[in-house]
Amino acid sequence: MVRLLAALVGIFFSGMLLYSFGSGAVAYISEPPAPTAEHEFHLHPKEVDWSFNGPLGHYDKVQLQRGFQVFKEVCSACHSLRLVAFRDLKALGYEDPEIKAIAKNWAIKAPDVDPKTGEASTRPAVPADHFPMPFANDVAARAANNNAIPPDLSLMTKARHDGSNYVYSLITGFQPQPKELLKEFPDAKTPEGLHYNPYFANLNIAMAPPLTAEGQVTYGPGQPKPTVDQMAKDVAAFLTWTAEPKMENRKSAGLAVVFFLLVATVLAYMSYQTIWAGKKH
Amino acid sequence: MSFPWAEHYSPTHPLMKWVDDRLPLPRFVYNAVGAGYPVPRNLNYFWNFGVLSGVALTIQIVTGIILAMHYGSNAGVAFDSVEHIMRDVNGGWLLRYAHANGASFFFIVVYLHIFRGLFYGSYKAPREMVWLLGLVIFLLMMATAFMGYVLPWGQMSFWGAKVITGLFGAIPVVGEPIQTWLLGGFAPGNAALNRFFSLHFLLPFVIAAVIILHIWALHIPGSSNPTGVEVKGPQDTVPFHPYYTAKDGFGLGVFLIVYCLVLFFGPNALGHPDNYIPANPMSTPAHIVPEWYFWPFYAILRAFTFDFFFIPAKLLGVMAMFASILLLFVLPWLDTSPVRSGNYRPLFKKFFWLLVIDVLILGYCGGAPAAEPFVMISQVAAAYYFAHFLIILPIVSRIERPLPLPNSITASVLHQDSYEGEREALPGMGADTQPAQPGLAH
Repeated sequence: MVRLLAALVGIFFSGMLLYSFGSGAVAYISEPPAPTAEHEFHLHPKEVDWSFNGPLGHYDKVQLQRGFQVFKEVCSACHSLRLVAFRDLKALGYEDPEIKAIAKNWAIKAPDVDPKTGEASTRPAVPADHFPMPFANDVAARAANNNAIPPDLSLMTKARHDGSNYVYSLITGFQPQPKELLKEFPDAKTPEGLHYNPYFANLNIAMAPPLTAEGQVTYGPGQPKPTVDQMAKDVAAFLTWTAEPKMENRKSAGLAVVFFLLVATVLAYMSYQTIWAGKKH
Repeated sequence: MSFPWAEHYSPTHPLMKWVDDRLPLPRFVYNAVGAGYPVPRNLNYFWNFGVLSGVALTIQIVTGIILAMHYGSNAGVAFDSVEHIMRDVNGGWLLRYAHANGASFFFIVVYLHIFRGLFYGSYKAPREMVWLLGLVIFLLMMATAFMGYVLPWGQMSFWGAKVITGLFGAIPVVGEPIQTWLLGGFAPGNAALNRFFSLHFLLPFVIAAVIILHIWALHIPGSSNPTGVEVKGPQDTVPFHPYYTAKDGFGLGVFLIVYCLVLFFGPNALGHPDNYIPANPMSTPAHIVPEWYFWPFYAILRAFTFDFFFIPAKLLGVMAMFASILLLFVLPWLDTSPVRSGNYRPLFKKFFWLLVIDVLILGYCGGAPAAEPFVMISQVAAAYYFAHFLIILPIVSRIERPLPLPNSITASVLHQDSYEGEREALPGMGADTQPAQPGLAH
């Protein structure tokens, strides 16, 4: 009885599926799916040889400081960094007085409440504050940015596939729309107010090219030349740190843990062999 | 509930004697996972995954309880509280990555455990109850994992919850009220998040309880073994401790190394980047996919593209997805072959490996975008999945001529020895065991 019922259920499901497959295959052959511009022209991020790649990788603090400078002078005009606090900058090698000064002089003030009237007010940020939001709310953000909200950057490199390479590729990937694309997909012309970028999922991004000229940010003495490429790498490295600030702790703990486990496993194997010695199995 | 030759607990220390006389808990442990449990001597490494599943559950419970001390199950703060754990809680990054990857590794070892059961026929009489309880644990795990994935309240959390609870919406007439009742609203929101957290905390302890039943049911007939031949005498078994505690200890070390390599050096490799974007009901992700361990079932769900008269395709998909798991409950009565181990079933073995490849293909298609050719591939693969269990397996059991079985576990072990040319007399061989006849095994 069970086997009869099972066979009927099996014939029903398998039959339905094979029928669906058959008609799907006919449709697929008679009318192959049309290629899309996104499918043909989207590019995977460029590979960068980051200092933090690999199990022994670590952040280059000087690079993170340069990246922070790019964020501060360029990105922070529109993008928030709401999960990161000024105090966290200590990990970049800044001293307490420097962090205090950075917070105090931050262009956007921290929200506060007037202690006398209770009305909303602002005050200079302190190290305990998170980075203040550049816009009061999403409506204000949309209004100022061609109806697109600049996303928060705290987790950006983890919220995109191959994030560090993606951020670098996206910033350096702005270009005129290829002629072949327009020839093949005349409807896919980049709309007014958007910018063509093959590293962006749908090829057209609302963000204008943020880094356009060499020397847009002035690096301190002894630092590499602030080319667009260098600045993009630096800010991508900085955003990798904001998304994964404990990466170095994680990797160094991991090395110790795996070393310990290797030793323990070898000992476990030896005791296994000793206990089973002479016992055929 | 054990073999007559099982060693008896006889405490020597006065304190243990005192405790054992008043509460025989030490005796209970001794008989369950100590020297008092005789186990077939020929178990291979596939018999390690039950213990590893228990370890994985323990890791999940310990890390989970500590995470719950820092997590806020409110839609307004859930995402940020997870980031607070990652950034500001001491060792929080370790706890969260251990928990998130621990779920994946729990499924890896449980899938290998199920694989072992399927290949070696562990579900067959007299162990049907062990198999059924195992499936209950598997279903509870799936529910727990699904609800756990909702808790960080990222994009995939939200949209995953919407899709999965939407499955209930496919039930005719009562579907939508049921979906609304399950969610506590029309879409996943604070009510859903709170109840998922509560159940996510509860279910692991239910799993632990069912595991006790699972082990209890196992200890009635005792463990199966790679030959599928039942234990015939004391020479066929060794005490669980120290023999299998030592062997499992080595397996545990290997498991922990692989787990820690992922945990410490690629903690986000098994996750989806979209879950680092806060949940946004106004923005649908391009591809909504569950975690990898649900992909084969997700592929079956999406494989149905045609209405069957009055049954809509979506409902068919839901029915098939549930059926794909529920059919495992009748597996002991579908596979009627008296031979347990796939090693002695030449025809079964071929279809079995086809099934393994089939499930891997389903898994790949389940993680791929819902577009051609993946839908067509998953249709063929899902058709084979159902045909394998419901049609092919009963027929194979009937027509197959199994290979000759060894006379006993010991005989099969000794046969290997003689095969290698180092004959050895085994002390303590019972009268009921004959040496293997040449040409019988292998």
